[in-house]
Amino acid sequence: MLLIPCPWCGPRDEAEFHYGGQAHVAYPETPADLTDEEWARYLFFRDNPKGPFAERWNHAAGCRRWFNAVRDTSTNEILSVYRAGEPRPETSDFGTATGRSTPSQPGQAPSAGPASTFQRGPAPSARPAFEDEAPSGPTGVQGAEPPGSGVEGAEPLEDGTGRGGGGETNPFRHPTRGRIHRDTPLTFTFDGTEYTGYKGDTLASALLANGIIQTGTSIKLGRPRGIFTAGVEEPNAVIQIEAPFPEPMLPATTVELYDGLVATSLPGQGRLATEPDPARYDAVHAHCDLLVVGAGPAGLAAAAAAARTGARVILADDRPELGGTLLDAAQLLDWVAELKEELSTAPDVRVLTRTTVFGHYDDNHLLAVERRTNHLGATAPTHVSRERVWRIRARRVVLATGAHERSLAFADNDRPGVMLAASARAYVNRHGVLPGRHAVVLTTNDSAYAAALDLAAAGVEVAAIVDTRPSEPVEWAGRAREAGIEVLSGHAVVGTEGTPRLTAVTAAPYGETTGTTRHFAADLLLVSGGWNPVAHLFSQAGGKLRYDDTLGSFVPDTCRQAVEVAGSANGVLDLADVLAQGASAGARAIEAEGYTAATPSLPQVPTEPDTAPAMQVFLVPGATDAPHFVDLQRDVTVGDLTRATGAGLNSVEHTKRYTTAGTANDQGKTSGVLASGVVAELLGVDVSALGTTTFRPPYTPVSFATLAGRDRGALHDPIRTTALHDWHVMQGALFENVGQWKRPWYYPQDGEDMETAVLRECAAAREGIAFMDGSTLGKIDVQGPDAPVFLDRLYTNMMSNLKVGMIRYGVMCRPDGMVFDDGTAIRLAPDRYLVTTTTGNAAAVLDWMEEWHQTEWPELRVHCASVTEQWATVALVGPRSREVLGSLAPQLAVGNDDFPFMAWRDTTVAGIEARVCRISFSGELAYEINVSPWEALALWEALYEAGAPFGITPYGTETMHVLRAEKGYPIIGQDTDGTVTPQDLGMSWAVSKKKPDFIGKRSFARADAVRPDRKHLVGLLPEDPGAFLPEGTQLIADSVLPAPPVPMLGHVTSSYRSAALGRTFALALIKGGRDRIGERLYAPVGDRLIPVTVASPVLYDPEGARRDG
Amino acid sequence: MADTALSVPRRSPLAGAADRLAAATRSSGGAVRLAELPFLAQVNVRLDAKGAAADAVGLALGLSLPLEPNTVVRAGELTALWLGPDEWLVVGPPDTQRDVEDRIRTASGDEHVAVTDVSAQRTTLLVSGARARDLLAHGCPLDLHPRAFGPGRCAQTTLARAQVVLVARDEPGGGFWVLVRSSFAGYLTDWLLDAAAEYVRDV
Repeated sequence: MLLIPCPWCGPRDEAEFHYGGQAHVAYPETPADLTDEEWARYLFFRDNPKGPFAERWNHAAGCRRWFNAVRDTSTNEILSVYRAGEPRPETSDFGTATGRSTPSQPGQAPSAGPASTFQRGPAPSARPAFEDEAPSGPTGVQGAEPPGSGVEGAEPLEDGTGRGGGGETNPFRHPTRGRIHRDTPLTFTFDGTEYTGYKGDTLASALLANGIIQTGTSIKLGRPRGIFTAGVEEPNAVIQIEAPFPEPMLPATTVELYDGLVATSLPGQGRLATEPDPARYDAVHAHCDLLVVGAGPAGLAAAAAAARTGARVILADDRPELGGTLLDAAQLLDWVAELKEELSTAPDVRVLTRTTVFGHYDDNHLLAVERRTNHLGATAPTHVSRERVWRIRARRVVLATGAHERSLAFADNDRPGVMLAASARAYVNRHGVLPGRHAVVLTTNDSAYAAALDLAAAGVEVAAIVDTRPSEPVEWAGRAREAGIEVLSGHAVVGTEGTPRLTAVTAAPYGETTGTTRHFAADLLLVSGGWNPVAHLFSQAGGKLRYDDTLGSFVPDTCRQAVEVAGSANGVLDLADVLAQGASAGARAIEAEGYTAATPSLPQVPTEPDTAPAMQVFLVPGATDAPHFVDLQRDVTVGDLTRATGAGLNSVEHTKRYTTAGTANDQGKTSGVLASGVVAELLGVDVSALGTTTFRPPYTPVSFATLAGRDRGALHDPIRTTALHDWHVMQGALFENVGQWKRPWYYPQDGEDMETAVLRECAAAREGIAFMDGSTLGKIDVQGPDAPVFLDRLYTNMMSNLKVGMIRYGVMCRPDGMVFDDGTAIRLAPDRYLVTTTTGNAAAVLDWMEEWHQTEWPELRVHCASVTEQWATVALVGPRSREVLGSLAPQLAVGNDDFPFMAWRDTTVAGIEARVCRISFSGELAYEINVSPWEALALWEALYEAGAPFGITPYGTETMHVLRAEKGYPIIGQDTDGTVTPQDLGMSWAVSKKKPDFIGKRSFARADAVRPDRKHLVGLLPEDPGAFLPEGTQLIADSVLPAPPVPMLGHVTSSYRSAALGRTFALALIKGGRDRIGERLYAPVGDRLIPVTVASPVLYDPEGARRDG
Repeated sequence: MADTALSVPRRSPLAGAADRLAAATRSSGGAVRLAELPFLAQVNVRLDAKGAAADAVGLALGLSLPLEPNTVVRAGELTALWLGPDEWLVVGPPDTQRDVEDRIRTASGDEHVAVTDVSAQRTTLLVSGARARDLLAHGCPLDLHPRAFGPGRCAQTTLARAQVVLVARDEPGGGFWVLVRSSFAGYLTDWLLDAAAEYVRDV
């Protein structure tokens, strides 16, 4: 959502504005002097440049002022705004901006002077010079406990079912480790079997604790798949929640365990619920000086630097607890706890846990989803929303979104038991769960050593660390050996065995598949292929990525939004550096907003072993007949990518579409860069040149129910009602939607169908008396000495010579001469009119008037104000209407001479101040009585009572439509479609010949407007008076349907049964229709051709005798 | 209007919702207070802010029309809301619209001043209570923090899917006026009541 700076109101959401097309296209001074081509150029031709473009905008939902904006059409940036009438600023003013808008003082109201230039440019570089430093993995406390024997195959493993552990409760649970609440056991069901877990578990950790690692089969190949990660990046463990409410395709790694949870494994694809979701979902808007996304070490440090400075800070994290990877690694937990306390009490700081920021849009508008009650299961309160969408507008954003570990493409790398190394470490430290008993580690970098040591310390027997690097990292390798773990440098895993669960791993010298291979019995293979910064939001924000050689992945580079990336998301892996970068990013952000940053106390990070550079590996050579999976969720292998490149596809965007790699629910979080790396190898190019696929919102899947929020059912769209609505409801009216209005459609009595009810209502209006709620008509008060000339320019008719006290029907056209709206103008005073519009066009007509006044005719002294709801309008129709009105308006002379057609009078009706207009949309004697809506019900009931002796009948829009159609009165938008001129409607009489110009006039002289075969509005009488032509029916000339293409003469726009005519009839737009009156045409309806006769559109009372009663 | 008000029963757009608004106020324990302020006088004024009429009209109303965008000037019983650079809404107690309109017309003399009674065009909802801002934030994209939208500020914007004029009241705990087109008032009330479900106490 762009912020558009209104020159008057300051920055507002783009949804408050209407676009008005190219600016500075002046209305020609004398259109009559232009050739058709010149006029067409004015009408239809607009520039379409790439780059800065001056446009008209209207602050439609705000101050209603039209103004001009220069927008860069390629970036959507609003470069400058200026008020109507001011010259366009020089384009060179925009230049290459280097900062965002000037920081405002805290608390200062937004203000914008004329022609303010809003500069935005790349955010200050988010990157310290770390290229020279060798990255190290997220590291942890050294394993202290004595490890297991470390001998290959020392103990018998599980039977390979993946369901190891037997009957005991949580056999894979460590007795002390983890942050679970052991005093709160929870019962859950998976695939029909009941298990126990603890508060603080995810479904995945609880399954692992029970020895379950397989959570489904793959979507295409049906291969068994197991829990692969511990977070949102999970490709395999995507399960179905069955109870309390069905939800498909949730990663078990992100589902917090609750009592009574019932889930099932999936064959790669879930099932949508078939019943409506009873939960509540909502949305809120939030604003802040600084949004920090991610509450790991970098995010916490950033928030700490900004808290208690006066700045408004939001810290959002997708997990239930703050801490991020610090919890996974069990590091600095005291500091995390201190900060949690500190932030929860800091004023102007809002901490949102369980909140995933999933979209980063223009002008730092970010969307997040907060999971508020999901984790409570059946005990969730029903009046609280289950999930909430946060619409956050942030002055500054620090993205501390961390990094995802990358997998490696080796042979048979998809068996349950293969798991990312840091994820296994997270299970041990966060949940106290051992994901297996006998592990082998495959790595290209240091970070997996820390994972191996933590697992060994927790009692997992780690047989070997297989490191692809030719030389081992000396200190780490030393620690590993101390823990009894063999280190095989210059090796890789070349194959796995086990069905379904992993039972054995084969390693070989890197680059070889035979020779001195080593076999290890193992039920767990930890993999680390390096780290991918989570650059999704940065990329969505318009940020560019660059390839970092040292890290072997893509890292954030520059962004034109006020965004800074900190920590692992920025490619920094050393913990002390991560903390420092987070703190300085937070401080920089709020200082840019005019606050003074605090110096947060950063924790002392234990000294870690020296680091060795990572090795860039994507594809591990191995047995060629075994699949090397790249995207586990889509079952895409190196073989698939080889076929894609073999077919000539040479970009990752193309291979993605060819193979579907990266298109699953996980959006390739663990596989995207791996796929790029493999494709680069296949093409023989450098991965840095190949790039990544585009990151698009949402970062993780968001349910439609959440996005819909409370905009469901009756709140889906506003319902507009009149002051008489309750009466209509009580009388059993059925309603028709007209725009957002609910209008009574017809009032069925005792089991009447629509046809009977409408015939009855029509008969009452033509023979006795009927009344209708006409309050929805748009009404605009036009005041000022130039009001007459203003209306003369807007309407095709002359309005300036209308006498005070009288009313005139008027037509409005667009400059292209096509009818836009119609209505009446009531002259209240020499300098004041009240004009009416069609119900659906009220807002559009007022905008239209304002646009012409503000942008083209600012010299006219005139003002317009909407008074649609200031007046309630009741149409009183029928031969008896004069009598009834007279009985209620004793001061009103109702005789035809005293109160002629198209006159209006102020009087009182039933004791209520009223303006009575003698106008008719039915051809009958009729009045429109306008009163305050506060008194409309009193008026309505008085009319109902006074008319009762004559059988006064309420009627709805359907009867109104029939009555007007019998008289040939068109309804704009039903009988017209934006291609119809007043002349086409047979209303040349409403087009002034005297006025030198008015909007649309020049177009009436265009060759196209005077073609003899233009479609005219005519009447149609089916030969069979009972035959009904559906609206939209085409008309053809022949009595036999010719072979396609069938020449079409036009179509039916309105069709009714008429009580007065005793037959069906229709209105239609027919080519050269007025010249065809009396001709027979044919209307294909179903498989029949219905013969019809073309007639005048005025079928009832053509001489107009009934108008005066 | 004053004459007929005595004899003809008037009905405000939200007359039928009064009970539900009161119930929501009670069930939230006052955290959100919702009520219609019916029949307020509302007069739309258009004039050239730089012309002679501005001062004359201000004098006649006893307040100076606010010139800073999106601000309010209150004096006595009248409140003038900035709606545009040449447009204001003067709000007063019920049944004063004719008096206000007359005073403005008289004061403006021959100057081009457009005055329109729009008292029934919109009705006014009072939204107050400790959680008033939170309630409005469910559907209002504006920053309603006291620093950005404190007492004396007003704005034309959207609340849910309705256009509204929002006024931050200047009494302590005064909450907000939400002026909404009468035809949208029922929808907006339903929307507010539904949003208020979140703030129900002791369910």
